[in-house]
Amino acid sequence: MSNEAVLHAHAATGHAEHHEHHHHHESFITKYIFSQDHKMISKQFLVTGIVWAILGGLMSVLFRLQLGYPNETFPILEDILGKWAKGGKIQPEFYYALVTMHGTVLVFFVLTAGLSGTFSNLLIPLQCGARDMASPFLNMLSYWFFFISSIIMLSSFFIETGAASGGWTSYPPLSAIGDFSEGSKAGMDCWLISMALFIVSALLGGLNYIATVLNMRTKGLSMTKLPLTIWAFFFTAVLGVLSFPVLLSGAILLLFDRHLGTSFYLSDIFVSKTQTALPNEGGSAILYQHLFWFLGHPEVYIILLPAMGMASEIISTNSRKPIFGYMAMVGSLFAICILAFLVWAHHMFVTGLNPFLGAFFVLLTLLIAVPSAIKVFNWLTTLWKGNIRFTPAMLFAIGFVSLFISGGLTGIYLGNSALDYQLHDTYFVVAHFHIVMGVASMFGMFAGIYHWYPKMFGRHLNHTLGYIHFWVTICGAYLIFWPMHYQGLAGAPRRYYDISNWHFLKGFDGLNQFISTVALIVFATQLLFVFNYFFSMYKGRRLTTKNPWGSTTLEWTTPINPGHGNWPGEIPEVHRWAYDYSKDGRDFIPQTEPIGAEESHH
Amino acid sequence: MNEIKNSPLGDRGKKIHPHKFAMWVALASIVMMFAGLTSAFIVKSSQAGWQDIETPSLFIYSTLVIIISSVTVQMAVRAHKQREKMSKYRLYITITAFLGALFVALQFFGFSNLWTQGITFRSSISGSFLYVIIGLHALHVIGGVAALLVTFFRAFSRRERVYSSVGIEIVATYWHFVDLLWIYLVLFFTLIK
Repeated sequence: MSNEAVLHAHAATGHAEHHEHHHHHESFITKYIFSQDHKMISKQFLVTGIVWAILGGLMSVLFRLQLGYPNETFPILEDILGKWAKGGKIQPEFYYALVTMHGTVLVFFVLTAGLSGTFSNLLIPLQCGARDMASPFLNMLSYWFFFISSIIMLSSFFIETGAASGGWTSYPPLSAIGDFSEGSKAGMDCWLISMALFIVSALLGGLNYIATVLNMRTKGLSMTKLPLTIWAFFFTAVLGVLSFPVLLSGAILLLFDRHLGTSFYLSDIFVSKTQTALPNEGGSAILYQHLFWFLGHPEVYIILLPAMGMASEIISTNSRKPIFGYMAMVGSLFAICILAFLVWAHHMFVTGLNPFLGAFFVLLTLLIAVPSAIKVFNWLTTLWKGNIRFTPAMLFAIGFVSLFISGGLTGIYLGNSALDYQLHDTYFVVAHFHIVMGVASMFGMFAGIYHWYPKMFGRHLNHTLGYIHFWVTICGAYLIFWPMHYQGLAGAPRRYYDISNWHFLKGFDGLNQFISTVALIVFATQLLFVFNYFFSMYKGRRLTTKNPWGSTTLEWTTPINPGHGNWPGEIPEVHRWAYDYSKDGRDFIPQTEPIGAEESHH
Repeated sequence: MNEIKNSPLGDRGKKIHPHKFAMWVALASIVMMFAGLTSAFIVKSSQAGWQDIETPSLFIYSTLVIIISSVTVQMAVRAHKQREKMSKYRLYITITAFLGALFVALQFFGFSNLWTQGITFRSSISGSFLYVIIGLHALHVIGGVAALLVTFFRAFSRRERVYSSVGIEIVATYWHFVDLLWIYLVLFFTLIK
């Protein structure tokens, strides 16, 4: 009821009639482009995210070609990429631009905007029982800021000096002075402006998500009756709202250093290209690292938490069992959220951080293993003796748990500063964060897409293609990243254009070719998924019931193709938690069903 | 259900309006941005080669101006809540917007004084921090003035009558916030030396 009151209090014209009859007079532009409907905005985020995922994945294929086959030439690349692949070989400047953009695009555009932008938008109003977000207008702005930021980032590839190439972290001084590298010229400005707009987008989205979860839940839906997805999106938004502004301050200072001659990060270092020293004095490059990683570490959890929430929901639904340890799941999300702000310096053990101070960051970092382990145990115990339905979504959710365990364990190695001195900036780190953050979150995202696609489009994705997609991707992910642990332990440095020059790494030539080949195959399989996504939108199997998975949550009580406002009549009232599966001899009991006289509270 | 229908405010009597709440979240995020900048200032000020600078004396006047504007915006909210005083409401909003613009102008003059004293981006790190932090704060005040102007024109619009006081209350919250933020910054720059 509070929902209605809120929406109507602000509407100049009677919204109530609109909700009841679905007679929106929407033109193509208000329905598909400048839409304020959270469901349409979520689709916009998802499609933009898919486009970026294809581009970002393609970048990794290109630089893997260089890493796997450093001595070969591919003339076709020169035809497509021109001077960036002179003689059919990826040029060093372009290689670094590719690596930088791959990181930026995947971390921010795909796994932040594409993941929480899509699913927070889709599920928060639907699972909370709200007509729309707290502010549909700001929600629309959030997408369009993201879109403009995307265009600027994409356009930086077409600049003569190329895209930013100082790594996704854009550490100064490399990123601050154009004389240091081609990518630090106009490409870096594009990067900074694009990121500033992206931060605005993330903040607008985040404050909407928080306000909606806290203030617009339907009658009876107390916080402890919320599905874990909503808890995860909520903590994700809190992390984003509190950490992104700090990155913005870091980026603003960097822009000043680049263009207005300030010395926040720059000191009188010698530039070999111009054979002079910089006029700056007293700047500290470490300051940028502090500001960057104060966002950078929470960002990891901004990426991971939505995947955790969706995996919890999907695993419980498809095991036909209540989630094990609901409150422990919420508590561990909260603990992760707090700890995320207290561990940023573990990215900086080798930047000259005081080892005594480092010890505290080691302790706090290792503490994260506790809530993470709680979550893993609870997923496994939810699966234990469950009546498991292996839908593609379920497979991806189980795959997420598997990857989270494998990648999380190496995090314990890297969190120790003593081990980190050896492993930092090697392929071990690359393997660790790709498995635990990159691939695991992609799996969470795929699980979410397969599970909620029927809600988005009223049709199913093709399951056979889904199974092929899953098995190739999970095998591929392990085949690509598992060997990198060995390379890293052997001392192979990351970021290098060509590591075949070192005698002690010669033995890895064949392994590198293998990794690159698998990467190509996995990339091609993702195109299969993209085909499935767009094909099923028009030709997929139609939904015949509202609730195809037998779920308890509110989104499945809406019509198959809900209009703006989600429920044609009144918003349903909630009486129970979201996990009443296999209870009292019944397969599932929807949240909207009142608790019977004979029934016990969960 | 019945009790909700009977009470004039419904559930809203107990619950905060989502738009207001969203503003509080936004304020938290602005706080984080300035926390980032001021902690960067502290880190830098403990390093070698740091030179303190005097904050311009004009800032005393701008502080006064912004405190008075906080009072006037609060009076505008009160006038709006007592429906019959709409002309007063318009007056207070106008005064507040004017004071906001005056504040930004005073900041600008304070900075040009600094600049003529030779404290430029290149010459002093503490000076550049001052420009960036206070400049960003001024941008936030300008945003507040823009929001006030929107409320101002809505108050005069004949086409649309606004009876809900949520809009002006949100603007007022934001206005008090930039006021408090400024007082924090002044204290910060005076105390951290």
